[in-house]
Amino acid sequence: MKKRWLVVNSMIVFACLLAIWSRVVAFAHVPVYILPGPRAVAHALRDRYPSLLSSLWITTGEAAGGLIASILVGVAVAMIFAQWRGLRQLGFPYTILLQTVPIVAVAPLIINWVGAGILAVTIVTFIICLAPIIANTTQGLISVDENLIHLFLMHKATPAQILFKLRLPNALPNLFTGIRISAGISVIGGLTGELFAGSTRVGEGGLGYAIIYANNQMETAYLFALVFAATVLGFSFFFVVVFLEWLALHNWHESSRPQAAD
Amino acid sequence: MVTETKESIPEIALEGVSKRYRNAAVALEGISLTVDRGEFVTFLGPSGCGKSTLLKLVSGLSPVSEGRVRVNGMTPENARDLISFIFQDATLLPWRTVEHNVGLGMELEHAAGAARKERVARMLDLVSLSHVAKRYPRQLSGGMKMRASIARALVSRPRILLMDEPFAALDEMTRDRLNEELLRLYEEQKWTVLFVTHSVAEAVFLSTRVVILAAHPGRVAHEIKVDLPWPRTAKTRESKAYEEQVTQASRLLRGVYQP
Repeated sequence: MKKRWLVVNSMIVFACLLAIWSRVVAFAHVPVYILPGPRAVAHALRDRYPSLLSSLWITTGEAAGGLIASILVGVAVAMIFAQWRGLRQLGFPYTILLQTVPIVAVAPLIINWVGAGILAVTIVTFIICLAPIIANTTQGLISVDENLIHLFLMHKATPAQILFKLRLPNALPNLFTGIRISAGISVIGGLTGELFAGSTRVGEGGLGYAIIYANNQMETAYLFALVFAATVLGFSFFFVVVFLEWLALHNWHESSRPQAAD
Repeated sequence: MVTETKESIPEIALEGVSKRYRNAAVALEGISLTVDRGEFVTFLGPSGCGKSTLLKLVSGLSPVSEGRVRVNGMTPENARDLISFIFQDATLLPWRTVEHNVGLGMELEHAAGAARKERVARMLDLVSLSHVAKRYPRQLSGGMKMRASIARALVSRPRILLMDEPFAALDEMTRDRLNEELLRLYEEQKWTVLFVTHSVAEAVFLSTRVVILAAHPGRVAHEIKVDLPWPRTAKTRESKAYEEQVTQASRLLRGVYQP
């Protein structure tokens, strides 16, 4: 009951905001290239949705590609760190380095290696998504109750069994924390990556590229439509991850929705 | 309790065992102790007397600094097939259902699926948990979790049970009931048990022998033979003999606590 009211109230607030925006633009006679009204944005959305969809699709691919690659590589690196303490002590500082390296400075180098375009943007996204995955997953893999390790040892478990049947499931909540952080920055990574590494040909770039293009052409209403699309994309990523997390953890983990014992 | 012909090899033997930690703290010094097959030995003593360490040495999870531990004539590492360890917390894997927790040991040892299922079902029945087989640990009470932990330990048909304060976190009524259930199983399955506890009453109720340890360094201070009649039930706790044994053990333990 409460939840339904929250939805209704949010919709009312949203409608009010749209109305205020629309009235302000109309009364103040703001030119459409400075601040378009909601109607102008909706028209831009309607008229140009084929090119908007293609941009959206490209950015989705770049962000998702970079994110998935960072999960695969990040979990692999974390597993190596968990198995060999020495390697962890040597390698872990570099994860922090990875997090602090200014991606804007590295991007030209990547373009230099693979050329501007989708691959370059995906690599940029991959790099900025990697550190949260490694850091969180490593933490989960190594913080296992000592008695559980003892239990496995009493059953003569192999190191592989301890890794896959104990450490990995134990790290699952941490992994999802990492993915949630990285999912947010993957979309930002895709967008900003395109600002300097997007396609050089019109119609082949993603959202970030289209935003720059629309800005240069003073197509402010379309620019707003693109920003709206980018926001929806970020939201969708977040919700997909939260849903997957719920699927994986809701049965057993405390952080998920409380479940009354029946 | 010994039903087979008396063996010449003791089930568990500690000979002049000492344990020192890397920071030079002495956990145990000069422990010599022999436990025959089928004995139920309880260890009592103040914190820091090395009760838990003793179990770790017998299971081979921690190496001795001096002396020798033999389990059925073997090194602890080689005797792991005979031993099950029950920890203070139920230490169930939260991502597994009760039945998959109980089947963990057989799974790690690559037992066939059908045999495993049947064995797990029998053990759950034994500890009256069949109705929650498909639940996750977080949905269980403390007592149920501990029962699941015991079922998990029994799945691999151990000859020796090492129990490290298994019921310490439970309320008294639950603890008493689990004590009774444990003894029912013990009389049936005739394990050798080493049991660590802080409760004198629990120690006397369960054991054939109570070992009182002193701290700094951990050493054997007293040994008490408990000769209460079997089977022991809730009624046993009301008997005069039980009360006397508890009083005696308490007195000895008090002496150990004073400097």
